[in-house]
Amino acid sequence: MCGIVGLFLKDQSLAPRLGDMLTEMLITMTDRGPDSAGIAIYGDAKPGKVKLTVQSSTPDQDFAGLAEDLGARLGAAVDQSINDTHAVLDIPAGQFEAAREALAEIRPSVRIMSRGESLEIYKEVGLPKDVATRFSLPGMTGTHGIGHTRMATESAVTTMGAHPFNTGPDQCLVHNGSLSNHNSLRRKLRREGVTIQTENDTEVGAAYLTWKMMNGATLGEALQSSLDDLDGFFTFVVGTKDGFGVVRDPIACKPAVMAETDQYVAFGSEYRALVNLPGIDEARVWEPEPATVYFWSHNNSPTTQEKAA
Amino acid sequence: MQTYDLEANGLRGLNETLQAQNAETNQTSWEVVNPKGSHAIAVGLDAPIEVTVKGSTGYYCAGMNQQATVKVEGSVGPGVAENMMSGQVIVDGDASQYAGATGHGGLLVIKGNASSRCGISMKGIDIVVHGNIGHMSAFMAQAGNLVVCGDAGDALGDSLYEARLFVRGSVKSLGADCIEKDMRPEHLALLSDLLERAGSDAKPEEFKRYGSARQLYNFDVDNAQAY
Repeated sequence: MCGIVGLFLKDQSLAPRLGDMLTEMLITMTDRGPDSAGIAIYGDAKPGKVKLTVQSSTPDQDFAGLAEDLGARLGAAVDQSINDTHAVLDIPAGQFEAAREALAEIRPSVRIMSRGESLEIYKEVGLPKDVATRFSLPGMTGTHGIGHTRMATESAVTTMGAHPFNTGPDQCLVHNGSLSNHNSLRRKLRREGVTIQTENDTEVGAAYLTWKMMNGATLGEALQSSLDDLDGFFTFVVGTKDGFGVVRDPIACKPAVMAETDQYVAFGSEYRALVNLPGIDEARVWEPEPATVYFWSHNNSPTTQEKAA
Repeated sequence: MQTYDLEANGLRGLNETLQAQNAETNQTSWEVVNPKGSHAIAVGLDAPIEVTVKGSTGYYCAGMNQQATVKVEGSVGPGVAENMMSGQVIVDGDASQYAGATGHGGLLVIKGNASSRCGISMKGIDIVVHGNIGHMSAFMAQAGNLVVCGDAGDALGDSLYEARLFVRGSVKSLGADCIEKDMRPEHLALLSDLLERAGSDAKPEEFKRYGSARQLYNFDVDNAQAY
């Protein structure tokens, strides 16, 4: 069992309240996943910059002088903002691989949580309310976000085993269920050059989607093919820079409920998570169909690829 | 009418209070406000009382019901009226997975749609769904009647025993050992009664009946090498 919540804003006047609403939804899902919690939030992008969210179990030591040391290695200015065990580093766009290599040398105990123009991921072991407090999640703002409460089955209860997982720029995925072919698929994806950091099944699901998209698939096509290639139980909620998607396996025993109004699209493992959203009594509320891809985008003039998603 | 505020007074208090009612109670009409998707609302009732839930519920609403009438003015999560013995459960909105699972008796009415596994392993309950039902519904259903005024999803009635299935719309696919059967006068009469009790104006003649081909009841020696 795990809990998933997601909120995609259509009406950006709600953006200042995104963190607040998502946090309440997340805490409501504590019963479904008290081990760990995490949130992916899509906020403001800075022109020419990419955000690298990193984590350390010894932040005092690791984050001291990190921006300067990394900046020196990259030959460019790096900004850093620390949030408890996490820090967001603004690095020049296109320097992600160089930054990853540099970090491995200058701060080997720092782990990369996410990368993207607007994506930040915060996750830790502990009760969702404690995780929300330590990162001040209620104060976060943005256009869309996804949260997860974990009850571990397939890998250890660790920060790196918590969701959301990020395996490609601005992509994130959370999962309720368990994949049974993750070991063989992980070996295959690593051979294909996809970076997979953990022994967790969900990260393989995320990496699979990234790999499909690296090879030209739209998110919609990648989600569609996951129905054939992933063995096991899953309700996935995925985020991209502009979009928000949902897919459930054909058996669909992992619960899911969605609500849509003029202001937002919301996802919850249970209706309980949605009850305090504005206008929920008038929302269209439904259970997503099995083996069906749902996708929403902020992009008003989508490219052909995005349209096909 | 007694009103119980679930948010203010908690779930355990609600179920203790409702379960304490008996045949002689004069508090026969109850209203539960602020359900907010909570689980296990009005479970294990065993008295001829009427409970109205003002909003949507989570898992297992009205499970194990006997005698009581539970109305939900909203939608319900997984496992509504699970293992119901008698009485009635009426849902104004939709129902999630395994509505009426393993139910032995009583009537479950869903005015919207029911999702997957509706009536799984039903053992005598009557279920009337005004809308559609999802895949694997009536899986291993043993007795009772499942009436669907809309369409049915994949693998309807897989490994069915003696439950009767009536579907007005399309059936995406039939499960193993489930076949269409003739609608005889007694079935039309039965259907007519169920539709009326469920408040549906659908006509019995519009439905098709499905049941067990009874080919899985006994071991077939020709299949020995499959084991």
